[in-house]
Amino acid sequence: MTTTITRLPAGRTARLGLSRIANEVRAYFRQGDSVFFTFLFPVVMLTIFSTAFSNGSFGTDSAGNDVSAAAYYLPGMLAAGLLLSGLQNLAIDIAIERSDGTLKRLAGTPLPVVSYFIGKIGQVLVTGAAQAALLLIVAAVLFGVELPTEAGQWATFVWVFLLGVTTSAVLGIALSRVPRSGKSATSVILPITLVLQFISGVYLPFTQLPDWLQNVASVFPLKWMAQGMRSVFLPDTFESLEQGGSWDLAGVVLVTGLWLVVGLILCRITFRWIRKDS
Amino acid sequence: MINSDVAVSVRDLRKRYGKFVALDGVSFDIAHGETFALLGPNGAGKSTTIEILEGYRDRTSGETSVLGVDPGTGGLAWKARLGIVLQSSGESGNVTVREQLTHFAGIYPHPRDVDEVLAAVGLEQQHKTLMRKLSGGQRRRVDVALGIIGGPELLFLDEPTTGFDPEARRQFWGLIRELKNDGTTILLTTHYLDEAAALGDRAGIIAGGALIDIGTIDAIGGAEARVPVVRWLENGARREQRTAEPATFVARLVSDNGGREVFGLEVVRPSLEDIYLDLVSRFETGERDDSLAATHGVLNQQEATR
Repeated sequence: MTTTITRLPAGRTARLGLSRIANEVRAYFRQGDSVFFTFLFPVVMLTIFSTAFSNGSFGTDSAGNDVSAAAYYLPGMLAAGLLLSGLQNLAIDIAIERSDGTLKRLAGTPLPVVSYFIGKIGQVLVTGAAQAALLLIVAAVLFGVELPTEAGQWATFVWVFLLGVTTSAVLGIALSRVPRSGKSATSVILPITLVLQFISGVYLPFTQLPDWLQNVASVFPLKWMAQGMRSVFLPDTFESLEQGGSWDLAGVVLVTGLWLVVGLILCRITFRWIRKDS
Repeated sequence: MINSDVAVSVRDLRKRYGKFVALDGVSFDIAHGETFALLGPNGAGKSTTIEILEGYRDRTSGETSVLGVDPGTGGLAWKARLGIVLQSSGESGNVTVREQLTHFAGIYPHPRDVDEVLAAVGLEQQHKTLMRKLSGGQRRRVDVALGIIGGPELLFLDEPTTGFDPEARRQFWGLIRELKNDGTTILLTTHYLDEAAALGDRAGIIAGGALIDIGTIDAIGGAEARVPVVRWLENGARREQRTAEPATFVARLVSDNGGREVFGLEVVRPSLEDIYLDLVSRFETGERDDSLAATHGVLNQQEATR
């Protein structure tokens, strides 16, 4: 007979969180549809846009050189990757786990909820980073996009990425409560992310949208993530085209950070392992 | 009053879903080291009971204690002492059997050895197989393996052998007997009465949200229900007689037959299944009679008021 355990060892929340990350990443890459629709999707879109609009004119840098379609669309696709890897992936994934019994099984074990969250957010960090790296490689190697050389720009890239991907993941966990079943998850979540991408300057040039739509998009974090990415990858000549004529990195921190806090609060209030008494 | 010296104590447990009464005052205890089988038709309240004890559902009223803890407020240290095999699972299964077991072993403070558990459930051959590629019966064995990987003090088994072939079921019984020998307390629900008889020390029969009988396996239904039945053929017709002295009865049959063999002779002791079916059908007819009586009562009252 096992002896009665009154206390579990300290530090297990973090240890189990790391073990969850390894499990989640492995399972993610074995799931064919998630690899295509969230991992490779931005790469596919970048390839299509860069090829289709290769003769288009997107403006020039300070030296008067034309900016290629691939260079122009890269920041948007990076931002879209943050949204897909975090929000879309987790909202659908967790809704499915809730309805197929994964969460019910975990609820019956001594796994801390926080370890489960660490596993999900860690999975998004790892897959999101791999996705961004792939996008940069494809842009540079296949389409000859010149990547930034200044350390300061890369520093901006890193914090925009980390803030964006974390916010997106946390919002995904919060949104996973919305679909009533795993089957409906994709059809509930996909329209949300699709509309956000269209109004936030991922597929359509943001500056060409009417002012009122720009204002609506400014409420949501994707517009700011895309703006942060543009500040890294587009020449300074593009800054004046932005809303307010500036990259407004303070705004990126403020709005995205606000959504991060809102997401964390929503997770804390709404997350349940199972729908009790359903 | 809750009994805190036992592994599981349930007093006057009630559960309502809106107007539907799923549990209508159920009480029982399970001693430490005991295997208790909870039997009953579909929708009788077995799973509701077990899920309240596992902490998955809230009770409407009554008292419950599981390993000395109220399951409604049980924390992680409490869960570490339980093993739960749910009725069904449909996880996407993009991990191998070994990966899944190793991961779950890590969640418990004193897990069992992964290879030992793989062998115990007979999945050594499939340890590198992705869960989604397993057959239904093999998946069920993974469920059982995940239920025992933490070395639980108390194991919940909700219809554990559904989808097993007869050989796998026998193998599973062996595994459960080993766990019993190690002192594990087990709460089992099953539709296979032979399984309940083979594994259970005691059984409770639940019907319509109430416990209609409870006792040791060989005492369920009372002495009356266990009286053997003698069956034989007489002029081509089936005859049967219940008697507490079957040998004497058969001897008389033979002598009545002029010392000749009696055809189609069998002496049958009612199995747990016979007794169970009898109890449940009597309960269900009883319920119908009650509702008829109630209707009559209303009619009579209406007549009287006229």
